[in-house]
Amino acid sequence: MGDIKIKITDRDGAVHHLSAPTDMNMNLMEVCKSYELPVEGVCGGMAMCASCQVYIHTDQHVGERNDDEEAMLDDAYHVKSNSRLGCQMPITQDLDGAEIELAPEEP
Amino acid sequence: MIKTDIIIVGAGPVGLFTVFEAGLMKLRCHLIDAIPQPGGQLSEIYPKKPIYDIPGYPTVLAGELVDKLMEQAEPFKAGFTLGERAEEIEELANGNFLVTTSQGTKHEAPVVMIAGGLGSFEPRKPQIENLSDFENSGVHYMVKDPDQFEGKELVISGGGDSALDWAVYFAEKNSFVHLVHRSDRFRAHKDSLAKAYELEKQGKMKIHTFAEVKQLNGNGQLETIIIETKEESTAIDTALWFPLFGLSPKLGPIGKWGLQIEKNAISVDTFDYQTNRSGIYAIGDVNTYPGKLKLILCGFHEATLAVQSAYKRIYPEKKVTLKYTTVQGVQGFE
Repeated sequence: MGDIKIKITDRDGAVHHLSAPTDMNMNLMEVCKSYELPVEGVCGGMAMCASCQVYIHTDQHVGERNDDEEAMLDDAYHVKSNSRLGCQMPITQDLDGAEIELAPEEP
Repeated sequence: MIKTDIIIVGAGPVGLFTVFEAGLMKLRCHLIDAIPQPGGQLSEIYPKKPIYDIPGYPTVLAGELVDKLMEQAEPFKAGFTLGERAEEIEELANGNFLVTTSQGTKHEAPVVMIAGGLGSFEPRKPQIENLSDFENSGVHYMVKDPDQFEGKELVISGGGDSALDWAVYFAEKNSFVHLVHRSDRFRAHKDSLAKAYELEKQGKMKIHTFAEVKQLNGNGQLETIIIETKEESTAIDTALWFPLFGLSPKLGPIGKWGLQIEKNAISVDTFDYQTNRSGIYAIGDVNTYPGKLKLILCGFHEATLAVQSAYKRIYPEKKVTLKYTTVQGVQGFE
């Protein structure tokens, strides 16, 4: 399994092309942080904050929210139907080619 | 006026361990924290989660680690100013620092150690236009002194365990509680949820799902809360609303203390973790330096070195010798 390619638009509209390894047990939030994108990951990846919220623009990559994620997004701001929490999205081959946008920061 | 040797901003694990290290050097500490209990992120965000990288503990629940740190620090009788955020810092003529909190509580000491973690936890606020009108007269973002609310009718909003636990607590104590949540999914313990539904059956609580508080009315003081669902609007005549939507950390006022800030963290010299302001140290997740790792264990090490330096600042004429606890034990303060 090699690296996958993801396109991420940050909060200033700049587009970043990332390469992420599928064999290091990483999630999307961790990949963003390793590329120094402004994703705080306040709760450390436990679906207890919404600082890693992203919008998935490519339909086939949206995937399904787990229960904790659903519950967290219930209380979050700027939630859309294609919102996901980056920390709950493992980097697997399935995510190759995804086009993602960072959600605005919480007020 | 609270006077001490070291003012510690932040009562998370690193702040708490600082009390112990300082105590070994016979230095007294007073901690300030914005949330009403010690433990920082560990007690506020993940008390029941296991941590695997604390030396000596293959696994320890975050909340338990806080208890252990409190136990370790206990002999050194630290003071705590909780539920108040450290706002301002001033340098006095005698060389000491004066730190004032959001409630005006003043603290004076020759040394300040900022163990602020990711910042002070601030409540996530609902988006209601006239919210600020009622922030000191009816709207509460935290529950401090629960006794004053017993027997009253109150509205609690939120879907997490904070909202649910407080709703159950108050309903069990003769307060009629309206629990309001945007969906019907609660992010809380099954037991708490079961208790809540039981209390609803007993007529002590009403759970409003797919509902939100949309309007606040009152003349100077909160008088009515309007709850809306897709179908209807309900007006509750009460002066108490607790929006418990969780807390999120912000560096806050510390960012304006004249310190060098890089990416929401305070730059320090790794010689002794002092900031660019002599006498002010930054330890734990709040600091940054080349090679920094945001680990609790790193914060513990930083606290230890910072305390040695603080001692030299407070007692420049005394010689410092490292005494091992195995040699002399731990002699607490009276």
